[in-house]
Amino acid sequence: MMSVLKIIGIIILAPVVGGLLTGIDRVITARMQGRQGPPVLQPFYDVLKLMQKESIEVNSMHRFFVYVSMVFAVFTTVIMVSGGDILLAIFALTLGSVFFVLGGYASNSPYNTIGSERELLQIMAYEPMVLLTCIGLYYAEKSFFIKDIVMADKPSILYLPGVFIGLVFVLTFKLRKSPFDLSMSHHGHQEIVKGITTEYSGKDLAVIEVTHWYEVIISLSLVYVFFATSAPGSRVVAAIVCLGVYLFEIIVDNCAARLKWQHALNSAWIVTGVMGTVNLVILSFFMK
Amino acid sequence: MNLNVVKKSPWILHYDGTSCNGCDIEVLACLTPLYDVERFGIINTGNPKHADILLITGSVNEQNIPVVKQLYEQMPEPKAVVAVGICATSGGIFAECYNVAGGVDKVIPVDVYVPGCAARPESIIDGVVKALDILAEKKKKMPKKRIGEK
Repeated sequence: MMSVLKIIGIIILAPVVGGLLTGIDRVITARMQGRQGPPVLQPFYDVLKLMQKESIEVNSMHRFFVYVSMVFAVFTTVIMVSGGDILLAIFALTLGSVFFVLGGYASNSPYNTIGSERELLQIMAYEPMVLLTCIGLYYAEKSFFIKDIVMADKPSILYLPGVFIGLVFVLTFKLRKSPFDLSMSHHGHQEIVKGITTEYSGKDLAVIEVTHWYEVIISLSLVYVFFATSAPGSRVVAAIVCLGVYLFEIIVDNCAARLKWQHALNSAWIVTGVMGTVNLVILSFFMK
Repeated sequence: MNLNVVKKSPWILHYDGTSCNGCDIEVLACLTPLYDVERFGIINTGNPKHADILLITGSVNEQNIPVVKQLYEQMPEPKAVVAVGICATSGGIFAECYNVAGGVDKVIPVDVYVPGCAARPESIIDGVVKALDILAEKKKKMPKKRIGEK
């Protein structure tokens, strides 16, 4: 009974927190540009408005894929936050992203197709690093279960500093921030219109937005796992680091222009190769 | 659900017809730190399927009539149209040209007319805020769909 309540709590609270973070993001971005910015609750207003708008249906499949994508994002969030298997979570998340790409292709619009292709490139760019993160966490803590990893004596960051840097690097893709917001962005409204979301309107667009809020929580919980230990104080530190990483991504977002896909892919793989692999090699050398 | 949400997040699509680009520049000036329309949740989307308000500067001519019509038809309901500047309201200085059809209302229904040459950013924001009331009104009149109905 308690676990059911917990799961319902996660499903409701995760998008609330994610939406609030997005709202704070928009205010900070505006302040950095010398503007006052929208109210903090603006993302919720946007989504509620989109719920009330007409949904234009290009074909039945392209809406279906978006809803499936959200189901997988919710599933991943529940696994991550309730301390489940991190490997299962990552695979479910990837499956959700793939459904999102399929939805983009289903509409047959040239803008959506370009957006989908770029989204695929983004998945190619960040996926190796995310997998290395799971492997590294297993190496360090001898478990794929998040509830074991966060109950360790020492935080995983001590074993995996390189992997953590690599993860923060690729989180820019997942959080859809510049310079890696190729497929759709919060700001680049004029280039390839709105990428993979171009053909979506009304409720479908609202679902995409809510899915993104879940993804923000998933991304930050990956950061959290690196810092949490059995000591209660470390939970606070981990939460502060999560906010710090998010702030860092906002700053990077505002400082950087969008990269070409070649540069995005190359840099992500180089960082994965250097930071992730070298870290794991050193770790395997010491952890016999 | 609260009907006022429609008024709190108006996403705008801006289209520039036959004009001197003066109003066009003033519309973009609204996005700058000085006027910052994002305070009201206004976003310049550049995509008709995401937009609530169609902001047209400049008159329509024979070439862009189908473009304006298509942009309007691609926007999901409820939607409003704001004609910014005297060219968009009546054709203005271009009204006598052989290729100019006149104001935007010759092609699509216009809800708010913002006069001026060029229209000032203050009056453009004012026009959009007026359009918000019309949006809320249109939302109320929208037929409620039953579940499963196409």
